[in-house]
Amino acid sequence: MAPILEVKDLVKIYSTAADEAPALGGVSLAVERGEFVAIMGPSGSGKSTLMNILGCLDTPTTGTYTLDGVDVSELDDEQLAEIRATRIGFVFQSFNLLPRATVLRNVELPMIYTKVPLARREDKAISALQAVGLDERHWTHRSNELSGGQMQRVAIARALVNDPAIILADEPTGNLDTRTGEIILATFRMLQEQGRTIVLITHEHSVAAHADRTVHLLDGLIVSSEAAAEHDAPSAEVVL
Amino acid sequence: MSLYDLFHETFLSVTNNKVRSALTILGIVVGISAVILMVSIGQGAQASITSSISSAGANLLTVSSGGGRFGGFGGGGARGGGGGGSAVTLTQADVTLIESLPGVASVSESNQSQSAVAAPGVSVNLRVIGAGYNYDSVNGITTTGGSFIGTEDNRSSAKVCVLGPTAVTDLFGTGADPIGQEVRIGGVTYTVVGITKSQGGSSFLNADEVVYIPLTTLQRYMTGNTNLDSITVQAATAGDVTNVTNEITTAMLSAHNVKDPTQPGFNVQSQSAILSTASTITGTFTLLLASIAGISLLVGGIGIMNMMLTTVTERTREIGLRKAIGARPRDITSQFLTEAVTLCLTGGVIGILLGAGGAEIIKATGLMSPLVTMQSVLLAVGVCAGIGIVFGYYPARRASKLDPIEALRYQ
Repeated sequence: MAPILEVKDLVKIYSTAADEAPALGGVSLAVERGEFVAIMGPSGSGKSTLMNILGCLDTPTTGTYTLDGVDVSELDDEQLAEIRATRIGFVFQSFNLLPRATVLRNVELPMIYTKVPLARREDKAISALQAVGLDERHWTHRSNELSGGQMQRVAIARALVNDPAIILADEPTGNLDTRTGEIILATFRMLQEQGRTIVLITHEHSVAAHADRTVHLLDGLIVSSEAAAEHDAPSAEVVL
Repeated sequence: MSLYDLFHETFLSVTNNKVRSALTILGIVVGISAVILMVSIGQGAQASITSSISSAGANLLTVSSGGGRFGGFGGGGARGGGGGGSAVTLTQADVTLIESLPGVASVSESNQSQSAVAAPGVSVNLRVIGAGYNYDSVNGITTTGGSFIGTEDNRSSAKVCVLGPTAVTDLFGTGADPIGQEVRIGGVTYTVVGITKSQGGSSFLNADEVVYIPLTTLQRYMTGNTNLDSITVQAATAGDVTNVTNEITTAMLSAHNVKDPTQPGFNVQSQSAILSTASTITGTFTLLLASIAGISLLVGGIGIMNMMLTTVTERTREIGLRKAIGARPRDITSQFLTEAVTLCLTGGVIGILLGAGGAEIIKATGLMSPLVTMQSVLLAVGVCAGIGIVFGYYPARRASKLDPIEALRYQ
């Protein structure tokens, strides 16, 4: 079966005169359906640029990107928005929930852009919340009343709700303490076991260690790609 | 994004910032209620002038001496401007002359004066009209009690008077029946024989605050001469008005040996000409009032834009998130535009209610009779939506053009 996500010779050059070095210098990567991949690298390695391109928030200067059978490198803004709505679920470091809205409404939010009928929204939101294991009594709370770990699980439920081809998580544990971070990573593992495809961006080895495979990025190039050893307790080493 | 979602999002975001939304709406409320109120005052003045002039009849002409009472209105200024030529004195001979012209149905002459009118314990300064033959039928005056001044009263210079309804209130109080009572005008005692039906008071010239006495009585006891102030001519039909105007002008020019027809010293004007001039004046007056009120509406619109720009800045991260989860630029544009238009329309509806309420209050005080028309309400709604779109468009476009990557990083 073809990979769900495949990029070839991805180059991204930001046209700022001061820095001519490409943010991405020819990255090729394939992610299989149901795989949990971590993309690791220090600051300035190009991992944010790669994340933005994979998330269809940005377009590469050259190179091709195929997502779920669609060549997205040629699409315009409207079409990219459509792809983001239907095939990508984002999880951000800072959760980005609507603070005054309830948990349910936060999870329902992406469905207003995908024409899901009103009557089905709550059911879908509830199954997404159940999938991330958030206790039912929190569903009607406003999101700013939750703890960080709960907020991030709401955000993951929001990413799941439109049944995307991939979940893109950008430093999802960056704002959480280690123990809560472990819970979030366990949630991702659980989702992966349910057949979800997850791409996680991090600069922490301990986080990357939860993935099936870790891709190391340095100065805009992939320097190594290694399958993780069975998920033994990783060291807490931090790479800046 | 469906319409339901659009309005739901708008509702949530407007109610999220209740105080700020309310203050922004207030700006529009003030502007719209001012516009509605000002336009209603102008249109009320227009309606009352129109009704008081047209109640006299569309086939009426007024021949007046000098510049005439209406000489300042429109075209009369040049023809009748009393400054240059000497004013013609209108007399009974002119009445006879005009009566003989073709197309003239009836003629009534009058003169008027301003005088202190006294009832027991009260003295008021009122307009006293000396009414000639047929004055009531030519001018369309009817009575609600007693009878109008008759032919016999003029023949005998009877000391009788007929009061307008406002004059009754002035002299005898509300609801009093003054028929048979006596009033003193210029030292002469008159018996009240009738009360006229209200002709619809205009704010500028109250046709109900008036005392009618026989013309010959006025000439004998008050003016001391037989001059006339004006001759009212009823044309046979409204279509004859233009022809009759020309005939009267020609006949009068030759009868008074006027050498310079550009300064005839008299003035012939039809009610319809006066009506259209008066409409033009009150129309301009309405426009002026509306423009002044419109400035406050403009300020309200700027308030909307200010609030929307603040909202867009505050919600930059939310906009970034919405874009990331699949909102198209036009979803973002329509969301913020709908928000601006909703604020404006809410303010507009409240403003219309307040303006109309204010108009009712003014009407209740009796100072003016403002008129809220459907057109002005529809116009106000249209202007509100327009303001929302105009002042909401720039902030909405700005929101839709935000780069999602930058927006998500915005602190």
